Amino acid sequence: MRAIVTVIGKDAVGILAKVSTECANYNANVIEVTQSVIEELFAMIMLVDISKINIDFADMADRLAKKGEQEWGLKVLAMHEDIFNCMHHI
Amino acid sequence: MINQYDILETIRMIQNDCLDIRTITMGISLLDCIDPDIEKACKKVYDKITCKAKDLVSVGVQIEKELGIPIINKRISVTPIAMISAACKCSPVPFAKAMDEAAKAVGVNLIGGYSALVQKGFSEGDLDLINSIPEALACTERVCSSVNIGSTKTGINLDACRIMGDIIKKTAEATKDKQCFGAAKLVVFCNAVDDNPFMAGAFHGVGEPDCMINVGVSGPGVVRAALKKYPDADITKIADVIKTISYKITRVGQLVGKMASERLGVEFGIVDLSLAPTPAVGDSVAHILEEIGLEQCGTHGTTACLALLNDAVKKGGVMACSRIGGLSGAFIPVSEDAGMIDAAVAGTLSIEKLEAMTAVCSVGLDMIVVPGDTEPDTIAAIIADEAAIGMVNTKTTAVRVIPAIGMKEGDELDWGGLFGKGPVMPLKTKSASKFINRGGQIPAPLHSLKN
Repeated sequence: MRAIVTVIGKDAVGILAKVSTECANYNANVIEVTQSVIEELFAMIMLVDISKINIDFADMADRLAKKGEQEWGLKVLAMHEDIFNCMHHI
Repeated sequence: MINQYDILETIRMIQNDCLDIRTITMGISLLDCIDPDIEKACKKVYDKITCKAKDLVSVGVQIEKELGIPIINKRISVTPIAMISAACKCSPVPFAKAMDEAAKAVGVNLIGGYSALVQKGFSEGDLDLINSIPEALACTERVCSSVNIGSTKTGINLDACRIMGDIIKKTAEATKDKQCFGAAKLVVFCNAVDDNPFMAGAFHGVGEPDCMINVGVSGPGVVRAALKKYPDADITKIADVIKTISYKITRVGQLVGKMASERLGVEFGIVDLSLAPTPAVGDSVAHILEEIGLEQCGTHGTTACLALLNDAVKKGGVMACSRIGGLSGAFIPVSEDAGMIDAAVAGTLSIEKLEAMTAVCSVGLDMIVVPGDTEPDTIAAIIADEAAIGMVNTKTTAVRVIPAIGMKEGDELDWGGLFGKGPVMPLKTKSASKFINRGGQIPAPLHSLKN
């Protein structure tokens, strides 16, 4: 089971570290990362293995979103990869 | 890894263009709840609904969080109550109360199925139910009611049209202190479908399994955003763009339905390939038609644009899911669509144009506010007209009009939320009473020698 974590916000030092540390707290393994900075806007997409996470994935998505909004000032969306696969693959 | 542009497209559709799953609806058969003792029957109804749907809302919320897509409504439809209540031989209002209580207990916002199917005539139970609709909708919060008065195979029950004209008026009067809201929960159908997940017309047909999950998708905002990228494309390209985006929307509906049915241990029924608007900014079917090239929805050309939209939505969606059903198409409820409301206020969108639009779109005259002094026979005639379009064209049509008691043209009813608000729309003032009061059955149409 894998999920896509998307992080969007103003560029700052340590975003990747913060998000991946948080993922590690839930025992979610980061498999792949792509990131770009366009005109100070930071956009990162992470592919994360969630098969061994230590909480419910819905809770993890909730906590990441809350942490992103309240502590980091970033929009963090964790979504199961199925929604992207179903929409873009036949 | 999945292409990052695809990822961002999906996120944009959800975050910016109001893509959502409109409803997960659990259909529950109540045929095993029939009992001549109404108290026992109502208890069975309450128990069965609360047992089958106890996890519906929590599973819906969980899927919503995992996939990151809003699932706006979790709802329930049940077997038409007239079939269950007939054995009791008394007013079926206690059934409405039991449904309402059960809906509150499991946390769904609407429950459909306070219904009767009378396309070819009435049984005693049907008449008891129909006559109880004004009281049932006034004394409950979440119950929705529908009556099927015609079909392509049977023709139109004109007596039922007359009675429903009266019942709609009485329902509005019984709820006039709540903006006549009762009438917004009452639909009159021709060719009603058994697996419709959308309210207020949902009921669980008798040919359906004991319990099943049906899903209604949405996404007018996504279609409009996709069309915006092609300001100068020809109309064939426009149809292709709608098909592509409709495929993507429907795939998500299929995924959500599959997940919900697995987790609830209930069979997955159908996906309703629909474009269901809300009054929210950027979630309007009227605005899609305007994006195609109309200055305002309701002007000349609207029917053609809507026909193209409706057809393309189906063509795109049909390959995206295993089974389609329900009403499948673009909905045009006036009060629930910001663009339709504007067009109606401006006078561009008239009830006559809406009637023409219903010949090529998903359902019918939906969420239209009419003057409070409208005669019941006039409402009956509107129902008969709309049913005739459905009967002849072998499609579902419906009427959900709300007589605004004490109001006239220029006034407005405002329910807020998903039901929105609607201006009182003018009707013809000449009477159709003689026609309506003839009664009887309009015979089923010939389906050969077509022209």
